[in-house]
Amino acid sequence: MANDTAKQAEGKRAYLEIRDVVKKFGEFTALKDISLDIFEGEFVCFLGPSGCGKTTLLRAIAGLDIQTSGRIVQAGRDISALPPSERDFGIVFQSYALFPNLTVRRNVAYGLENRRRPKAEVEARVKELLALVGLPDQGDKYPAQLSGGQQQRVALARALATSPGLLLLDEPLSALDAKVRMHLRHEVRQLQNKLGVTTIMVTHDQEEALTMADRIVVMNHGVIEQVGTPEEIYGHPASPFVADFVGTMNFIEAVAAGEGRIRLDGVELTARGAEGIAAGTPVTLCVRPEDVVARGVSGSTPNSFDAEVQELEFLGSFFRAYLRAAGVRGTEISADFSVNLVRDLGIREGMTARLALPTERILVFAGRAGAARAA
Amino acid sequence: MQTAASPRVRPRLGTDDWILRGTMLAVAALLFVGILLPLYALLSKSFQGPDGSFVGLANYANYFSNPALVYSIQNSVTVTTVATVITLVLAFFYAYGLTRTCIPCKSLFKGIALVPILMPSLLPAISLVYFFGNQGIAKELLFGHSIYGPIGIVMGEAYYVFPHVMTILLIAMSMSDARLYEAATSLGASRTRIFFTVTLPGIRYGLVSAFFVAFTLIITDFGVPKVIGGQYNVLATDVYKQVVGRHDFEMGAVVSMVLLVPAVIAFFADRIVQRRQTAALTARSVPYQPQPSRGRDLFYLIYCSLIGAMILAVLAMAAYASLVRLWPYNLSFTTYHYQFDLRDGGGWAAYRNSIEMASWTALFGTVIIFVGAYLVEKAKGFREGRAVLQFLAMVPMAVPGLVLGLAYVFFFNSPANPLNFLYHTMTILVICTVTHFYTVAHLTGVTALKQMDPEFEAVSASLKVPVYKTFWRVTVPVCVPAILDVSMYLFVNAMTTVSAVVFLYSPDTALASVAVLNMDDAGEIASAAAMGMMIVLTSAGVRLLHAILTRGIARRTQAWRKR
Ligand SMILES: Nc1ncnc2c1ncn2[C@@H]1O[C@H](COP(=O)(O)OP(=O)(O)O)[C@@H](O)[C@H]1O
Ligand SMILES: [Mg+2]
Repeated sequence: MANDTAKQAEGKRAYLEIRDVVKKFGEFTALKDISLDIFEGEFVCFLGPSGCGKTTLLRAIAGLDIQTSGRIVQAGRDISALPPSERDFGIVFQSYALFPNLTVRRNVAYGLENRRRPKAEVEARVKELLALVGLPDQGDKYPAQLSGGQQQRVALARALATSPGLLLLDEPLSALDAKVRMHLRHEVRQLQNKLGVTTIMVTHDQEEALTMADRIVVMNHGVIEQVGTPEEIYGHPASPFVADFVGTMNFIEAVAAGEGRIRLDGVELTARGAEGIAAGTPVTLCVRPEDVVARGVSGSTPNSFDAEVQELEFLGSFFRAYLRAAGVRGTEISADFSVNLVRDLGIREGMTARLALPTERILVFAGRAGAARAA
Repeated sequence: MQTAASPRVRPRLGTDDWILRGTMLAVAALLFVGILLPLYALLSKSFQGPDGSFVGLANYANYFSNPALVYSIQNSVTVTTVATVITLVLAFFYAYGLTRTCIPCKSLFKGIALVPILMPSLLPAISLVYFFGNQGIAKELLFGHSIYGPIGIVMGEAYYVFPHVMTILLIAMSMSDARLYEAATSLGASRTRIFFTVTLPGIRYGLVSAFFVAFTLIITDFGVPKVIGGQYNVLATDVYKQVVGRHDFEMGAVVSMVLLVPAVIAFFADRIVQRRQTAALTARSVPYQPQPSRGRDLFYLIYCSLIGAMILAVLAMAAYASLVRLWPYNLSFTTYHYQFDLRDGGGWAAYRNSIEMASWTALFGTVIIFVGAYLVEKAKGFREGRAVLQFLAMVPMAVPGLVLGLAYVFFFNSPANPLNFLYHTMTILVICTVTHFYTVAHLTGVTALKQMDPEFEAVSASLKVPVYKTFWRVTVPVCVPAILDVSMYLFVNAMTTVSAVVFLYSPDTALASVAVLNMDDAGEIASAAAMGMMIVLTSAGVRLLHAILTRGIARRTQAWRKR
């Protein structure tokens, strides 16, 4: 899927082009010069902490709160200044915003009835949509009589009824409980695949973004930190912020030693991405807990060092180990060890283990990352 | 100057935007003509001589050098303060009994407390005359003092504002947090201590708000002092006397401006308090559940029954007086006093006019006010317009009825005004009444609209459904209870109001409430009471109809209304 999108990105013109979009609320700048391309049929997630400007960007695309400056082009048409009613999109809000006094059927038909279509045609389409979202016989109920998950599906059906070219979802699953949320993630994604409608979903839940999106747009303080496939975002975060916000990450303070080498607490490591950094510069190493290697590590393994197991936390399918490097400063690092590994190596609290950080798994950022990390 | 790199996007307005802006302009224009221009006319009148020339502060100088007139200020403040404090105390314990004790028949007591709302304020005053007047049945209770004067005014006003004060306190008390009481009790605090450290602070905003509401209502009320004030002059009766008695419009304008001062002060004070209160309210308060306590419950049952009995007695006396042939000499029953056509004041036509006026007011008022509230709440992307409209909607609250009525005289009666043709018509009575009661109705609408999902309009725009369709298909049905509340409020107030319309009616458009005033003036007190009873019956009927409609709609829509 990700590869498809990458291919699209090479050739085709973007379906939605966002150029230099700035949004100010009085003195406060909520969006700072946002540029972004979204391709036809893509499922894109805007991901970021609460208040970073995701909704603001979505509302600018919808025309509900038009940007202060900048251009938005949809399907070759400049829609920058158009009111929402002259744009082509369907939208679903976190609150669902279903009309409480209309039945499910009338809610879904709401946008169709306005288009002077024959009644039978409208009814047929409503039936089709209700079947599509898995509520074929709930048409005569009122929204208040449905569960949260069902209401969300109705909202989705209503947004899709008029076959819009762009589907906008603002935290559609946040109000649901965990189990329903998991289930709906899957369903929404399948539905989107089936219909092929270009979709933008806003979320602050990284797991949601990672499981659903073709591409993720990570935002922070009104700027885009990184755009990429879930694999790219997770495996190659472009900034300490992304590294921290998506998944779990060790942040280790170290010093560049020149020629791609890093000095960490008396040990020298090689790391890609450290080549250009002058010796003596403070740097931050990032490594994910699951990338810390303990099996088959000996004293001669490159990038290896001794660490004491301070605490071992059982998390069901794996252990989270809190380790302290044997060096002078006793750098703390956490690692995820499989149940197997812990059993095979006999890892237990208080013991010293030999760990390695694979060169290609270490990310290096110049400077101390503390301030740049996610809250 | 803007740089070429980032030209500002100038949003193009869609059809919806034009519709909303056009409607907003229309409502704002109505309010502008209905309140701001007349107030301006009043203000300039107070600076003019009888020939219309500018005389600066001469009228004010005249006013303040006339001891009789200035004395009214003191009188007004005195009786208003006394009546306000008495009502606060009486209503406080009444509301306390209804919220913090386990007395039976609470909803009956609530209903009885609202009875005075159904009357023009003239009626309790008339009733008091039957109780304590020269031929009153209980005049000994006054120990030789006359009911005509401050005593009568205080009693009448207390009666008139009791429901308003009681309602505010009732709401404040039912919102208090039970957890505070539990905490205080578990700390071993005594009852008295809990009262002063938890109960009173918990409703302090309600108390302050009730104080200002009562103070404004009383100082601007004209019905009670007109009937029972005797030689005791207050500001409200001075306006009337200057204009209707002496045709001194300039002096009437000056007294109006003086009367505007306490109303405006109270208005802003109340705003500030309200803002504090919303900030102080926590989301998860637990409602207080009183525990039975025999002594206390018995005390409050007796207390509430006594107050309730007095409220009903005043009404019953008015009814009784309207039905006996010649008080106190011939107490045989008759409908003679209901033959209004035999008397001055407009006859049955006045009653029919009132019904007509109240109906138009309820109809047009509800439509205009609800649409206005919708625009203030939902017209996205036109912040300036919404702010102006919100301001205009709040102004009427600060303007006493008498002042509004007089302002209308100056504005609409001016030959230079192209709207002059409205003067002395039913239309002007309707406009004036809608304006007079605009603010409370507006706030009711805004509150209801605030409870709707803010994204309905966005969804509707995305589906390319015009804004007026969604307004009609969704907003209105969801807000039907509030819309009914607004129309009932407007109808009942249009039936009972005297102050604004007393300057505006013509022989063809005499109103029932004004007829009460005029018949009382002419000494036809029994007929005045009879007409007052007609107003009470009508208002009560409309309230009943409202209750039936509301209940019916609640039943029919319970499938989709979450409660
Ligand atoms: N109408 C508004 N007026 C002023 N500030 C706003 C408005 N809407 C959003 N903001 C501010 O813009 C920032 C981004 O908001 P939003 O886009 O809603 O964030 P999120 O990423 O959580 O969706 C926040 O700091 C918010 O306070
Ligand atoms: Mg948001």
